[in-house]
Amino acid sequence: MDTAGLDILNQAGFWAMVALTVAGASIAIFPRNILYNVLGLALCMTAIAAIYVFLGSLFIALMQFLIYVGAICIAIVFAIMLSRPLHLEMPPRPASKVAMATAAAVLFFVAIVGVVLKTDWTPSAARVADSSLWSVEAIGRALLTRYELVFEVISLVLLVAIIGAVITAGLSRRLSS
Amino acid sequence: MNSLSTYLIISALLFSMGLMGILQRRNLIGMLISVELLLNAANLNFMAFNRFLAPDPVIGQIIALFVMGLAAAEAAIGLSIILALYRKMHSINIERAQRLKG
Repeated sequence: MDTAGLDILNQAGFWAMVALTVAGASIAIFPRNILYNVLGLALCMTAIAAIYVFLGSLFIALMQFLIYVGAICIAIVFAIMLSRPLHLEMPPRPASKVAMATAAAVLFFVAIVGVVLKTDWTPSAARVADSSLWSVEAIGRALLTRYELVFEVISLVLLVAIIGAVITAGLSRRLSS
Repeated sequence: MNSLSTYLIISALLFSMGLMGILQRRNLIGMLISVELLLNAANLNFMAFNRFLAPDPVIGQIIALFVMGLAAAEAAIGLSIILALYRKMHSINIERAQRLKG
């Protein structure tokens, strides 16, 4: 296949992933059934992982897939499934609130798109076009040298979050029974 | 390939959809899902700037990783708070969680 054909295929793949992202996001916010929302979120996250591949980082794409689809979506599904009444019906949303939320979101979108299109984006002068900087090796080296403190603090935050989640969910059971 | 503006507009669209979700939903789990959409839009921005503008392409990827780690912590805490709140109120409609209202 010649390069023009490959390029068209590439573009088609990219726009298909964008369409999947937007479709997943709409499924994640519009249906009333909470389980559809979670499945839409999983679809959206998978498509965003594919967009990261188009942006040149296979590692971040894999991490996105692993953490969001594999951990967060599954955790939300378990929270819904394990406590059966969590998907009980909500009262219908008042139309005025939906209209105000839509207006706020549209206003935000228009403002951001205006800023994006008006700004003249110029690459940093110190930018190096070295493809080896995109490798996992470079990320690992930066994580354990320049960003090591942040790395350790993140692990501490995760530990505190685990303990806090166990205490919050476990203690309230003891109090209410 | 595609220009920077394409990615920025996609991420702005994702962010406004998340914003709309968080403003109109009354279900706490639905709001948590919308927060995840917001975090992903920010992450997509980091990766796009990283790909097209940043001096050192490692930094944007590391920030994206950190955001993912914090999102995982936030989801764990959020879900446990939702479960605790449900046991107390027998509902996850946030308009009924008004005990702190003065």
